[in-house]
Parts: sequence; structure tokens; C-alpha cells
Amino acid sequence: MVELTQEIIQQLVNGISLGSIYALIALGYTMVYGIIKLINFAHGDIYMIGAFTGFFAITILNLPFLPALFVAMVVAALLGVIIERLAYRPLRNSTRIAALITAIGVSFLIQNIALLAWKPDPRAFPDVFPFRSYQVWGIYLDNRQLVILGVALLLMVILHYVVHYTRIGRAMRAVALDDEAARLMGIDVDRVISITFAIGSALAAAAGVLVGIYYNRIDPMMGVMPGLKAFVAAVLGGIGVIPGAMLGGLVMGVAEVMVVAILESTWKDAVAFAILIIILLVKPAGLLGRQTREKV
Amino acid sequence: MRGEMAVRRFGPYRQTLAWVVAVLAAVGLLAVNVGVYNGMIDFYLTGVLVIAWINIILAVSLNLINGFTGQFSLGHAGFMAVGAYVSGLLTILLNWPFPVVLIIAGLISALIGLFIGLPTLRLRGDYLAIATLGFGEIVRVILLNLKITGGPRGLGGIAPKTTFFSAEIVALITIIIITNIVRSSHGRALVAIREDEMAAEAMGINTTRYKVMAFSIGAAFAGIAGALFAHHQMFIDPRSFTFQRSIEILVIVVLGGLGSITGSIVAAIVLTILPEALRGMAQYRMVVYSLLLIGLMLIRPQGLFGTKELQDFLGYGITKALPKGSARQVASNNGGGDR
Repeated sequence: MVELTQEIIQQLVNGISLGSIYALIALGYTMVYGIIKLINFAHGDIYMIGAFTGFFAITILNLPFLPALFVAMVVAALLGVIIERLAYRPLRNSTRIAALITAIGVSFLIQNIALLAWKPDPRAFPDVFPFRSYQVWGIYLDNRQLVILGVALLLMVILHYVVHYTRIGRAMRAVALDDEAARLMGIDVDRVISITFAIGSALAAAAGVLVGIYYNRIDPMMGVMPGLKAFVAAVLGGIGVIPGAMLGGLVMGVAEVMVVAILESTWKDAVAFAILIIILLVKPAGLLGRQTREKV
Repeated sequence: MRGEMAVRRFGPYRQTLAWVVAVLAAVGLLAVNVGVYNGMIDFYLTGVLVIAWINIILAVSLNLINGFTGQFSLGHAGFMAVGAYVSGLLTILLNWPFPVVLIIAGLISALIGLFIGLPTLRLRGDYLAIATLGFGEIVRVILLNLKITGGPRGLGGIAPKTTFFSAEIVALITIIIITNIVRSSHGRALVAIREDEMAAEAMGINTTRYKVMAFSIGAAFAGIAGALFAHHQMFIDPRSFTFQRSIEILVIVVLGGLGSITGSIVAAIVLTILPEALRGMAQYRMVVYSLLLIGLMLIRPQGLFGTKELQDFLGYGITKALPKGSARQVASNNGGGDR
């Protein structure tokens, strides 16, 4: 019995580490969706670019961890803003499907340019934190998991502060609620959207660097699956709801780790989509989302 | 808008030009048939043409779902995979006649389409897109894990039963069936759902039934295309049916025009032959595809043909251009109306 409990707690710990990475990516999806109702398919690829930027910052610029993380976040933020400016903004008044197709196009473009530039082979992410494992009551916890949890938590606290206690945060919430009314109140909606993309992309880049540290390997296609899973996490928590993305990410990480522990690792990619289809059928608004009625 | 300008520029010659193009296309098709029959077109090129027919089936059937009904599916590769594996196993294990295998592959795909469509088609727009994408991925993961499908090693030794002519016949049947569906009152209902689902429902259209119908029919033809593909390649594995494949089909449909069968056919031919002609640039293919998608959406979101068909250009069209201020235009001005 004790062993089983230990095993479950162990898997929970692993799941929460993985889940906090999904949560960071999911935040970007949910913020962008909340504001312009677009599934930013390219978000997973921005996460990949973040991981590679972190990699180059550490290997070529010889930066330590935190500055490298910062560089990756800044580069990804810029990329997010540029993508929004060039590809999404001209389509703001066209159909949502047109915007979605464009987003898919941007995603494939980034992936394939990365494949050409960096080759498909995985690269070893430098060992910034030499592996050290701690054992508490039979449960293993390593320093990388602690770094992931610490950074993710810190970023989420900062995000919470920005969204709820600053002018730009208030503007973001206003645009999410009703962009036309926000515009009438003198809010520069374009600027708010740009900033939302910047923040979301920066969070994804942080997740990319953390994954590099956790798994020690990065490759140009690494963004596809985590991107989709993080999207599912955002839907699970209630898309457009920031705490929902955090909760959804954690649930997703734990569910995935549990499935790997119980079944086999080859099934793990199906879990996310099974969860998605179930949640869409049972509670489409998500765990923390509000049910909205359709209006003509 | 630029398209209208071009049409106006050709003025009275437009119809003549369309006739010339149509006759040239018919002659070309005949020449290709004779060429393949005589063996003047070599084995390799014939293979490319078979793939072109398969892509036509995939594009036209996806167009029924995405273009005419306006239900955005990203799971076409999943249905293709179902058809490919079902038919491959039937041929390997039971060695049934090819037409029977094709029909069963189509029926089973349709059944799965029904099964998937009933719950997910209640979702709209981008949610449906993600749910169908998820379906495609689940199919792939299941294929990776099943014993009978050979798991990641794939399924080999499928008899090469797909010929140029069988692919051609199936593709032509697909085009005829889907054209007829679109022109029938059922097709009108589908287009009504695309234009405004609520209004369609208010007019007494059973939207769920029609959406599921379109989805299953599209799935059936995707399954048949998968079966042709399996018996052409002789080997299939889950990697042949990834999300990327769904996107490739989507690119064809979007390039041709969501809601134009003619467009899907032309785009399928162009996007099958062109990459073969530019083989040296193979690694840039997906870059070009993605730029094509983005560029199309920014510059010409209606694709090459919009919702026009060959008949419209020849002067036999039954679809008249919508007048300014019609429901369609208002909808597109309002950003699709569903925000």
C-alpha cells in the first residue's frame, strides 16, 4: 500500500513538472484566443524557436541559464509580434477559417524553414544544471524538475500581476470582453493584440528552454505535439480563461504521465485527443469556462 | 475582385476561351489515356498520374465537407488511413476482388465518419478543426499500436492492383457523384448550412443530418482513395497518414477554391505534377506549400476558382453570381458572422 501511494505521488510529481510546461504554452493559446478568437497554430513552433534560441544563447554566446532564458523570451516575443503583424492582422476582418488556414500555413512555414536551417536531427541541449536527485520519503525529485516548477510558477505569478494589476492588463481584459467597446474607450486595440502575442510567445519560449533542460534534446519538429497538447490543455481549462490554462496544463501533464505508467508510452499522444473530444462533448466551455449562449 | 476584373477584360471572348481550354483538357485526357495504354508514358510517369487521380478523389471529397458544407475538417488523412489499412488487410488476408475491397474500404470509412461526425459536428469552426485533427492523430496512434496492422513497421506486400485506369474510373465516379450531390436539393441544403447555419435551421433544414451526411460521404471517398493508394504503393505505414497529409489535401482544396469541384481537380493535378517537375527542390516543397497557403489567404482567399465551376465558364452554369448585398456578401463582410 505504501509502495503504491509512493508510486502514485511519484507520477504526480513527474506529471506536474511536465504539466507546468504544457501550462506555459497553453497560456499563450488561451490569451490569443481570448482576444482575437484565433487558434494560433504557430504557437507550438514559437516554442520550438524559443528552445533553439536558448540553445544558441547558451552554446554560442556562452550565456548562463537565466540570461539565455531571457534572450529566448525576447526573441520569441518579437517573432510573435511580427507574425501577428504580417500574417494575422491583414485578416482580422475576414472569416475565422481564413485566419485558421493562415495560422496553419505559418506553423508549417516555421517548421520547414527550421528543418532546412537546423536539419531534422535532434541536438543535445547543454547541461546547464548537472543532474542531481533528491529523495524524500521514497519519492525522487531532481533539480531540473525544481527549476521547471520554480520558473513556471514565477512566470505565472508575473503574468497574473500583469493581467490584473497593470493598465495594459486591464486593457487586455477589456479587449477580450468586447473589442469594439474597448476601442470606443480609447484603447489602442492593435497595440494590445501585439502585446498579447508578445507575452504569449515569451511564455512559450520559456517553456521551450525548460523542455530543453528537462529532456536534454531539441529538434525542429519538437513544437508540433506539445503545441497541440497545450491547445487541448487550454480547451480543457476553458479557452480564454487564464487560470484554466494553468489547470488544464497540469491535468494534461498528469494524465499523460499516468497513461505512460499504466499502459505504454506509445499511447501517450492519443490521450490528449481523447481528453479533447470528451471535454468538447461533455463540457465544451472547459473546466473553468463560462457557458455562453449562441446569439444571432 | 481581381478575378472579376480578369473576366471582364476577356469580355465576350471569355466563353470561347473557356471552350478552348475545355476542349484542350479533353484532348489532353484522351492523349494521356492512349499514351498509358500504348506504354508510351513510362512506368514512373504513370505512377505520378495515379497519384494525381488519388489526389483528385481526396480533394473533391474534402471539398464536399470543407468547401460546400463549410465544416472545417482536418482529419482527412485519418479516413484515408482507415481505407488503406482495411483494403490492404482484405487483399492480403482474403484476397477479395479489388472492386469489392474498394467498396468495403469506403463503407467502413463512411461508418467511422458517421461515428466521429455525430458527436463532433455539433462543434463549430475551429473546434471542429481541432477535434477532427485529434481524430486523425488517434487513428495514427491506434495503427502504431495494433498487431494486425504491423505497428510502426507498417503493412507490406499488398498486391499492386491499382492501375491508371482503375484510379481514373474511381476518380471520375467520385466527381460525378459529388457533383450530383452538390447540385441536388441536398447540395443546396449543404450550401445553406455553410452560408448561415442558423438561418438554414430556421428554414427547416435538419442541419445535423446534412452535416453528418456530407462528412460520411467525404470520409467514404477518402477511404476509397486510401485503398487505391495502398494498392499503388504496395506498402503502407502510419507515417503515410500524418497531419501533414491532411494539410496537403487542404492546400489543394484551398488553392482550387473552397466550393469549386473544378478548382479541386485543377489544383490536384497542378500540385501533383508540379512537385515532380521540381524534384530538385524537393526539400523546399513544404515551404512553398505553406507560403502558398498564407499568400492565398492574404491575396486571394477564394482560391483559383472561387465557387465557380467549368459549366459557369462555358455558359451552362446553374449557379448565378450572387448580387451585391446578398446574404453571402454580408456574411463575409461580417467576418463570417460567427464570433
